[in-house]
Amino acid sequence: MYNELILDHFRYPQNAGRLENPDVMHKESNVLCGDVVEIQLKFNGEKKISDAKFTGNGCAISQSSTDILLNNIKGKTSVDIKNLDKDFILKLLGIEISHMRLKCALLPLIALKIAVSKNKYLS
Amino acid sequence: MFDVEKVREDFPILKRKIDGKPLIFLDSASTSQKPMRVINAIKEYYEMYNANPHRSLYKLCEEATEMYEDARKKVAKFINAKHPEEIIFVRNTNEAMNLIAHSFALPKLHNPSEIILSVMEHHANIVPWQYVRDNNGTSLKFIDIKNDGTLDLEQLNLNHNVKIVSLTHASNVLGTINPVKEISKIIHENGSLFVVDGAQSVPHMPIDVQDIGCDFLAFSGHKMLAPMNIGVLYGRKELLEDMEPFMLGSDMIKEVTLEEATWNDVPWKFEAGTPNVEGAVGLSAAIDYLNNLGMDNVRKHEKEITSYALEKLSGIDEAKIYGPTDTDIRGGVISFNLSGIHSHDLATILDDFGIAIRSGHHCAMPLMKRLRIPAAARASFYVYTMKSEVDALFNALEKSKAVFSV
Repeated sequence: MYNELILDHFRYPQNAGRLENPDVMHKESNVLCGDVVEIQLKFNGEKKISDAKFTGNGCAISQSSTDILLNNIKGKTSVDIKNLDKDFILKLLGIEISHMRLKCALLPLIALKIAVSKNKYLS
Repeated sequence: MFDVEKVREDFPILKRKIDGKPLIFLDSASTSQKPMRVINAIKEYYEMYNANPHRSLYKLCEEATEMYEDARKKVAKFINAKHPEEIIFVRNTNEAMNLIAHSFALPKLHNPSEIILSVMEHHANIVPWQYVRDNNGTSLKFIDIKNDGTLDLEQLNLNHNVKIVSLTHASNVLGTINPVKEISKIIHENGSLFVVDGAQSVPHMPIDVQDIGCDFLAFSGHKMLAPMNIGVLYGRKELLEDMEPFMLGSDMIKEVTLEEATWNDVPWKFEAGTPNVEGAVGLSAAIDYLNNLGMDNVRKHEKEITSYALEKLSGIDEAKIYGPTDTDIRGGVISFNLSGIHSHDLATILDDFGIAIRSGHHCAMPLMKRLRIPAAARASFYVYTMKSEVDALFNALEKSKAVFSV
């Protein structure tokens, strides 16, 4: 489960940090594991995601999944995000995830969808 | 003489390979593996004796009834209860706690009654009491732990409103063995009742309820070599006789009319419906097996393994180990974290080595909060654990560090 891609994004996340003036943000946690991610988003004039950052802590799967997801959402609209599903994440990660760890991998997708839904002007 | 190699031969699952590697099972605090003696006892029960006990007059039923009631007697003797009727078969520790909560605490306590628990309790010994509090105005108080992972008994503030103190005998996270006999004395001087959660102690050390002096003791069969879904609530007979059943229906009655029902005697009034005879038979065989080993030897073996593991793991700089270091007051449970690696990642990596450990909150979220950690990894030991398995754990932890570059 721990290939170089996962470990690289866990050790050296590319999207870690905070945006200066995010349009929306959402913090989601997996109470059972203690995984936490907060995703911050900025949209451009065309109502597309122009920037995204996250802060968080938890297992390598949840944190790397968040980082990899944020690499792949720039330019997407709220509708695009709403249409993302489990398979999108699994394809990005490119690994087999055991049933027990699936909720770790999907945590950022939940956070992202809720964050996007908070964007009243753009939805 | 306790011979762990010989013990292991009795457990077929220990020969299993996980992706080609030998299974190293370090999660006995979650559930124990089963020896052939137990597996065979259940098989034999279904091949030879299966019938619904207490109901019919034919031979099979008589035998099944006898096996079920003999198991009760064996459990009573195992924990030195005065009477077999003080043994109620339940599904597990969790159900036993619910029984006390619903049949004793809920109807008998009321504002300003108090129930005292501790922060090291398993959810099974917290949530039923919260329900009692929310439904009859009883208040809940919690004893904290000290930095060494032992109970801070100075916080055991007893007054005449304290009706129940319910504590774990051995913590499933910290391993701490609480001085239940001393606590029992203090509690009884106050006139309160003492409930002991024995889920992590009864499988691992000699237990004498009369010596401890507790009023109730709850434990699960599956953590002591028996099948899942058979557990025990011990209660002093006078208390049980004065309690109403909380599960109603068949077998727990003497007589039923369309208008009303009268209850059966203790313990049957608490065992509604067809009982788990298979489980009781398995538990009985498990007790035979443990008695054969000798509970003193079981404790001694686990103490040795625990000392060895504590020494090994404390050699890893990144490891933070929780709970007491003195194995006189610590059972065979070691919870730890490696800095920089979440316990779930650790458990997943160890699984690749065939090593089964638990990770997460261990059904003790208040304790996790108290320790200021989201989760922990836990290795736990039993009669079949070898020092070489602790070595394998140590080596796999070193390799995990390399994977995560910590």
